Amino acid sequence: MYISTMAKKIFLCCLLSCTLLLFCVSDKVHGQENLKRASFIPHWSPQAQFAGYFVAFEKGFYKKHGIALNIQQGGPHRPSLDLLEKQAADFAIAWLSTAIQRRSQGLSLVNVGQIIQRSALILIAKKSRGIYKPEDINGRKVGLWRADFQLQPVAFLKKYNLKVTVVPQSYSVNLFLRDGVDVASAMWYNEYHTILNAGLNPDELTTFFFYEHELNFPEDGVYTLESTLKRDPELVRAFVNASIEGWLYAFKHPDEALDIVLKYMSKANIPVNRVHQKWMLERMKDIVLPEDGKSPPIGMLTESDFIRVCKVLEENGIITGKMPVFDDFFVNFTDHAKK
Amino acid sequence: MISLSILQTMLKNKGIAFKLVLFFTLSSVCIFTLIFGYNYYVSRRAIEKGIGENSQNLILASKNKIEAVLAAAQKIPENISYFLENSSYNEKEIYRLLYTVVEKNPEIYGAAIAFEPHVFKKDADFFAPYFFKENGAINFKHLDKAYNYFLSDWYQIPKELQLPEWTEPYFGEGGNILMCSYGVPFYKKTGDKRQLAGVIVIDISIESLRSIVSSIKILKTGYGFLISKNGTYITHPMKEIIMNETIFSIAEARKKKSLREIGRSMIKGESSLTPFMVDSILTGKKCWMTYVPIISNGWSLAILFPQDELMEDIARLNRMVIFLGITGILLLAIAVVYIARSITKPLRAMAQATQGIGAGNLDIDLPAVTSGDEVGKLTEAFGYMKASLKAYIEQLTEATALKERMESELKVAHDIQMSILPKMFPAFPDRTEFDIYAIIKPAKEVGGDFYDFFQIDHEHLCFVIADVSGKGIPASLFMAVTKTLIKAKAAVGLTPDRIITRVNEELCVGNDANMFVTIFCAILDVRTGEVEYTNGGHNPPLVIRKSGEVSVLKSTGGIVVGVIDDARYTADILTLEPGDSIYLYTDGVNEAMNENGELFSDKRLEQDIIKLKEKSIKEIIDGIMGEIEIFVQGTPQSDDITMMVIQYRGNTKEG
Repeated sequence: MYISTMAKKIFLCCLLSCTLLLFCVSDKVHGQENLKRASFIPHWSPQAQFAGYFVAFEKGFYKKHGIALNIQQGGPHRPSLDLLEKQAADFAIAWLSTAIQRRSQGLSLVNVGQIIQRSALILIAKKSRGIYKPEDINGRKVGLWRADFQLQPVAFLKKYNLKVTVVPQSYSVNLFLRDGVDVASAMWYNEYHTILNAGLNPDELTTFFFYEHELNFPEDGVYTLESTLKRDPELVRAFVNASIEGWLYAFKHPDEALDIVLKYMSKANIPVNRVHQKWMLERMKDIVLPEDGKSPPIGMLTESDFIRVCKVLEENGIITGKMPVFDDFFVNFTDHAKK
Repeated sequence: MISLSILQTMLKNKGIAFKLVLFFTLSSVCIFTLIFGYNYYVSRRAIEKGIGENSQNLILASKNKIEAVLAAAQKIPENISYFLENSSYNEKEIYRLLYTVVEKNPEIYGAAIAFEPHVFKKDADFFAPYFFKENGAINFKHLDKAYNYFLSDWYQIPKELQLPEWTEPYFGEGGNILMCSYGVPFYKKTGDKRQLAGVIVIDISIESLRSIVSSIKILKTGYGFLISKNGTYITHPMKEIIMNETIFSIAEARKKKSLREIGRSMIKGESSLTPFMVDSILTGKKCWMTYVPIISNGWSLAILFPQDELMEDIARLNRMVIFLGITGILLLAIAVVYIARSITKPLRAMAQATQGIGAGNLDIDLPAVTSGDEVGKLTEAFGYMKASLKAYIEQLTEATALKERMESELKVAHDIQMSILPKMFPAFPDRTEFDIYAIIKPAKEVGGDFYDFFQIDHEHLCFVIADVSGKGIPASLFMAVTKTLIKAKAAVGLTPDRIITRVNEELCVGNDANMFVTIFCAILDVRTGEVEYTNGGHNPPLVIRKSGEVSVLKSTGGIVVGVIDDARYTADILTLEPGDSIYLYTDGVNEAMNENGELFSDKRLEQDIIKLKEKSIKEIIDGIMGEIEIFVQGTPQSDDITMMVIQYRGNTKEG
């Protein structure tokens, strides 16, 4: 009995493997013939912040544009621009401020599509702690994240001439929730909602959006190396436009997009919370396609935004060397920009 | 109001049985509903009170167990902090202390003493020895720069708050064990300054706490759940939401504002020991919920009692009671139908029998008397009534037959009587000297009026009008006798006074019945127009002169005939000129009565005669008859109406 079952299992396994092998081979042949291979790294773990890319992949937009894309899993321990530099990825997502820094440090990256037009980074405080306006922050304990996440808050504090005690902030909001700090950093599409879902109501919170304080930093953009751009500009164009198509589709079909995002999250063993991802996707729409009539269309980087970021970087001593030139830094590949 | 009247109309034609059933059933249903409602209300109240008490006991017992575990765990780092603050120690002692803590306390998975930079070792930014259990052994590592404990909640929160603090639960590095850390800040005194030296932390498994809550099983689907200070589910029957969802994200996903409010109350450390109603997020069913805070770490414990399951016993009881109630009411209705039938069946039979009796069938059988109740008595009374009615009707039939025979005989008598009166007019067509016309309209009953006229010889005409007292056969016979007597006496040439005197004498003989007759008897000499007459108590005739004068004929003063045997009657003479007439009548004319009891009267008669005086004799009589008919207006005639007119025309042969 036992033996026969085992035999059956072995037989089945063999059959399965053969079929799979056959399938892989044929797929490979097919791929080699028509599609260019490319690899992509988001700058964080899978979540709705990257919905557009996952949706573009799942809906076959990359294939449609002639790319056989490999989406690598990002995360805190896999800085996207490092992978780009090592040429472990052809395309990477990064913040504009980070990218300008790296460019000034000699990494020859190029922005080929600015996705997020409006910064989602905010400072947040509880009204119960008496904070309603920027001046109220003076003398308080302020939780700040590291590196690029500090640029806008520091410029903000400087702008309003606020003296504060800076407390390094981890990725949990518990310190803020327990009143260990009076003001905390948060992403509008992420931590803000986490705080709401820890029982605080929006009307109990004061939020400082940097774009409302003339400190708008466009965030996520698509980057590639100059060498890649030179070698195959059509590939770059295809990637950028497929990605934008993915984003527009995701905003139009939020439920389908959420299903896709949640699938990627589960695959990465990340706890899934649908309402949180729904919030994030809705906020992504707000910052990717702001309805203020002034923001540039998806994919475009304006020189004024670029200069503003450069200036803040310079003032804070982040960039000491040569300032990147806008025309070298940004290459417009969007189809709608051409029109 | 309308429905009531409709009901009344509806009920009006229904039988007693229907009404009884309706009434008893409706009132039973009302009573039953009242009792049932009260019973349900009271038992529900009792159960709800029970829930309140039970849930309080259960939730407080569970809370105390959790608090005990946490409090015991809290003691350890608090003691270490006391030790570190109050004694000097070296690195080796720290290791031994931590090792012992981990080794001796099964609930503790790991323990560390994390120092602020340069506090324990002047040259080190990080110094945090950490002993932890792994695969059944106790391992050791330094938490270093790579880990950067300064950013960990367990370090940062106690440090910033300067208070011991439990962290939010997290999954231990090794796998699926849910852990919680308790950080206690400790201080170093340099002179008067108290400066943070570091944080002592222990990691404990909270699986035992989870099992306390998971073991709360109430009925079939009742459960307990635990949320952290952030509202994150720590235990819940829905495994997939544990650590993934907060009570607020569930509230958002399910669009339940009330749940969010409950969550806010819970994480604020409020309690609700009085159960309130919520929808279970597990089953969606209505549940009673209570919650209490876990004081040590700001968590909140809640339990939910599914309402329908709590009410299941009472619901089952209620179903049984309703079933019994309905069965009882049905049985009652059947009983009422049975009783009503026993009453209405003989009644119906009786109604049918009565209808038969009404239709004339007196031999119909009445229902047998089986009971002594009202229906039985009614049947008996009906039986008696039927017998009496039958006897009476038989009697009546007999009497009617008799009466009919008599009536028919009377009719014959009457016809005979009428046949003896001269009815052919003109009575003497060969005589031109006079004319005569008479009429008799008998009343329904045979009466006693009569008139007569005959020629005694060629020159003399005798005419008579009479009215016998009383009615019927005796009157009729008396009249026949009188008429015969008068004719007999006149035939021998007697004068009217002699005729009446003789007739009176003869009628008085053997007149035991004391009957009498009024007679006017006259003899006309056709040659001269002289009329010799005698009046025996009769209405005086009217004389109608040719000139148009109408007068009442002078009386001869005689009394009614047949009463006093030696009564004397005298005669008088009236001379008629040609064209004069005498109008004779009986009291049926002047005493004709209308429906108001008014009489036609002598006066009216006289007036009418004056109106008709120019007419022929027949027209006079018909005219008076017409006036009478108009006067009585259909009132039944009570007496015979008799009239006679003789007109004298004179001796035309001689003239």
